[in-house]
Amino acid sequence: MRKNKGWMMLLTMLLITSLLAACSSGGGSSQAGEEISTDSADIKGEITVLTQRTDIVDTVFKDYAAEFNKEYPDVKVNFQALADYEGQVKIRMSTKDYGDVLMIPTSVPIADIPDFFEPLGTYDELKDKYTAIEERMVDGQVYGIPTVITFSGIIYNKQVFKDAGVTELPKTPEQFQAALQLVKDNTDAVPLYTNYASGWALTQWESDLPTVAGSVDYVNVDQPNTDENFVPGQPHYELYKVLYDAAKNGLIEKDPTTTDWESSKADLAKGKIATMALGSWAITQIQGMTDTPDDIGFLPFPTNASEVVVPLSADYNIGMNVNSENKPAAKAWIDWFLAKSNYAVEQGGGMDADKNAELPPILDQYKDVQFSTLTPAKEGQEGLVDKIDNEGEIGLWQPDFKKRIIEAGIGNRKESYDDIMKDLNDKWVKARAELTK
Amino acid sequence: MKYLKVSNWGYSAQRIFIICAFSIIPLALLFTFAYLPVINMFKYSFTDWNGYSKRFDYVGFENYTRIFSDPEYFKVFIVSLYYFVATFLQMGLALYFATILSFKVRGKNFFKGILFFPYLLNGVAIGFIFLFFFKPDGTLDMLMHAVGLGQYTQLWLGNPNIINVSLAGASVWRYMGFNFIIFLGAISSIPKDVYEASDIDGANRWQQFRHIILPSITRILQLNLILAISGAISAFDIPYIMTDGSNGSMTFVIQTVHLAFKYGKLGLASAMAVVLLMIVILVTLVQRVTMKGEE
Repeated sequence: MRKNKGWMMLLTMLLITSLLAACSSGGGSSQAGEEISTDSADIKGEITVLTQRTDIVDTVFKDYAAEFNKEYPDVKVNFQALADYEGQVKIRMSTKDYGDVLMIPTSVPIADIPDFFEPLGTYDELKDKYTAIEERMVDGQVYGIPTVITFSGIIYNKQVFKDAGVTELPKTPEQFQAALQLVKDNTDAVPLYTNYASGWALTQWESDLPTVAGSVDYVNVDQPNTDENFVPGQPHYELYKVLYDAAKNGLIEKDPTTTDWESSKADLAKGKIATMALGSWAITQIQGMTDTPDDIGFLPFPTNASEVVVPLSADYNIGMNVNSENKPAAKAWIDWFLAKSNYAVEQGGGMDADKNAELPPILDQYKDVQFSTLTPAKEGQEGLVDKIDNEGEIGLWQPDFKKRIIEAGIGNRKESYDDIMKDLNDKWVKARAELTK
Repeated sequence: MKYLKVSNWGYSAQRIFIICAFSIIPLALLFTFAYLPVINMFKYSFTDWNGYSKRFDYVGFENYTRIFSDPEYFKVFIVSLYYFVATFLQMGLALYFATILSFKVRGKNFFKGILFFPYLLNGVAIGFIFLFFFKPDGTLDMLMHAVGLGQYTQLWLGNPNIINVSLAGASVWRYMGFNFIIFLGAISSIPKDVYEASDIDGANRWQQFRHIILPSITRILQLNLILAISGAISAFDIPYIMTDGSNGSMTFVIQTVHLAFKYGKLGLASAMAVVLLMIVILVTLVQRVTMKGEE
C-alpha cells in the first residue's frame, strides 16, 4: 500500500497539472471553390450563424431571421453568440463544427484562411461592389466581406467639454492634453477613461496609428520595412505618448485595475467621463444610454501630421465555413445580410461595405478630414506585420504593452516610457530580422 | 453455452469481471481527458504549431532552448512566492478551524458550512466578487471606514506592491475550505477513547492537539502541503479572472495561456506546460524523499 501511494500521488499530480489541454487538429477537406447554387429551389434546410453580438442575438438577429424567411421561407436560421468570440472560434476551428456562417477571426493568418473558409467570389467580381475586401483575399479569391466599415478616434461628451471650457476641438496631442487638463480642473468627470481592466478596449488605440502617421500607407506598407517602429518621432511612439502623458498627469480614472466596460458606456453618456479612445462601433451603444444622444461626438485622434486621415477599417469580415453542409443557404444569408439587414448602420455604428455608402451624420462637421481605407501590403508582404508581431511577442493588437504604459504612467512600474518603447523596438527589430532572413 | 451466464463462472473470474466492468468507464474517461491531452501536449511542445493551422513543423528542442535561454519566462515565478507564503497561512487557518470544530462547539455544522462554502463557488464568480471587494471605495474600503481604519485604505489592486497580497488573500479565502474539510475528515477518524484517556490524564486542549491530533494526521498534512505548493506554483484562476496578469500579477500559467492564445505560439506554450509539469513532479519527489527520512 505504501509503495502505491507514491504512484497515486504522481498520477494525481499529472491529473491536476494536465489542465492545459489542446484539441487535436483533424483536417477536413471538402470541395472548396465549387460553384454554389443560387437556385432558390436549392435554398432550404438549416444553417447556424455565429456572432460576437451577445447583446442583440435574441432581439435584432431574430428579426433579421424573420425578414430573411420572407424571401427564403424554407431556411431555418439558428444563431450562436459567443462572448469571447476570437478565443472560442479559434478553438472550434480545429473541428469541422464552427457554424455555417461566421465572422472570420482576425488572428487567423491570411495564408491559412482557404483551409477554413469558402471563397465568396473573385476579387474582380466583387471589387466594384464592396470596399475593403483586400484584407481577407488569397490568390485573387475573396474569403470575407466586412460587415461594417468603422472609423476610429476619440469619442467624447460635448456637454462635459462645454462645462470644462474647451472651446475649440483639440487637434494636436498638446491641445488634447490641455483639454483633458481643463476637464480635470473644472468638472468632476474623468478626463480620459482607459478601460484598462477590460483589456480589449486598450487595443482600440492601435487603430489610430494611421491618423498619427498622417498616411494610409504606414500600417501595411511602411511598417513591415522599418526598424524604427517605436523610435521617438515615429507614429507608434507619438500615439502611445498620448496615453502615457494622460496617465502621468493624473488625467485617467483613479484606479485603472477596477474599471468596468458596461458602466463606462453609461458614464460617458451621462457626462461622468469626458473621452474614450474607441471605434465608431461604440457610438450607437453609448448614444442608446442617454436621452440626449447629440451630446456624444467624435474627434479624429490628435495628430501633428499635416493632413488629418481617419482610417476606415473593416470590422469583422463575414465568411462561410468550408465544411458547411448547406452552402447555398449560407450564401443566401450572407448576401441578404450585407444587402438588406442594414446591420452596419443600425447596429455597427459605421457604414455598409457597399461602395456607395454614405458617411454617418455624426461626421458632418469633418468636411476637411480624409476618410479612407488603408493601402494593402505589398506583394509578398501580406500579413508580415502580424507575423513580426507574434514572433516578437509584441502584441500590437493585444492589451499587454498598453497596460505597461499606463502602469508606468501612474508610477506602478520603475520603467520610463522610453524604456518601454526601446524594449518594444528591440523585440521588433529582432523578430523582423528573424523573419526576413 | 454455460459460460454465457456470469453466475456460472468461478468466484475469482466473477470478481475480475466485475472489477473490469466497473472500472472501464472511469479509466476510459481518465485516458481521454487526462492522458491523451498530456501525450499530445508533449508532441506539440516539439512543434511550431499555432493552435489552429492545418500545417506545423517539428522543430526539435527549439522551444525548450528558448524557454531556458530567456530569463523573462522564469521571472514570473517570483509572483508564485506570494501564493507559496499564503499557502502556509491557508493550511494554518484550515487546521485551526478543523481542530476547533472537531470538539464540541455550538453551531458546529453551521460554521462547517460557512467555511466550506467558498470552495463550492465558481472561480469566475469569486473573481468578480473580489473585484468589487477591492475596488476603490468598494466593500473593503467601506468596512475599514466603518471601523475607523479609513486612513489605511490602499489601492488594493492598483498598487503593484500590494496586488499579489490581495490576490493571494482571495485565493486563500477560496481554497481554505477544501483543506479544512480534508483535515476535519482526518481528525474525525481519531477514536474517541484516546481523547477520553487523555482527559483522565489531565491533558488540556493544546496538549491533545499536539500529542494526539497532529501525529494522527501527519500523512494528510503532507498531502495537503504537496497539493498546496503545487497549487502555488501553478496559481491561475483568481489572478487570471481578476487582473489577467496585469500590473505585476502575472503568473507562469497565465503567461503560458497568453503565449498560446494571444501570440499563437501553442508549441512554445506546450513546452512551458511540460516544464511546469516537471517542476511540480520534482517538488513532489523532493518532498517524498524528505518525508522518507521521518519514517
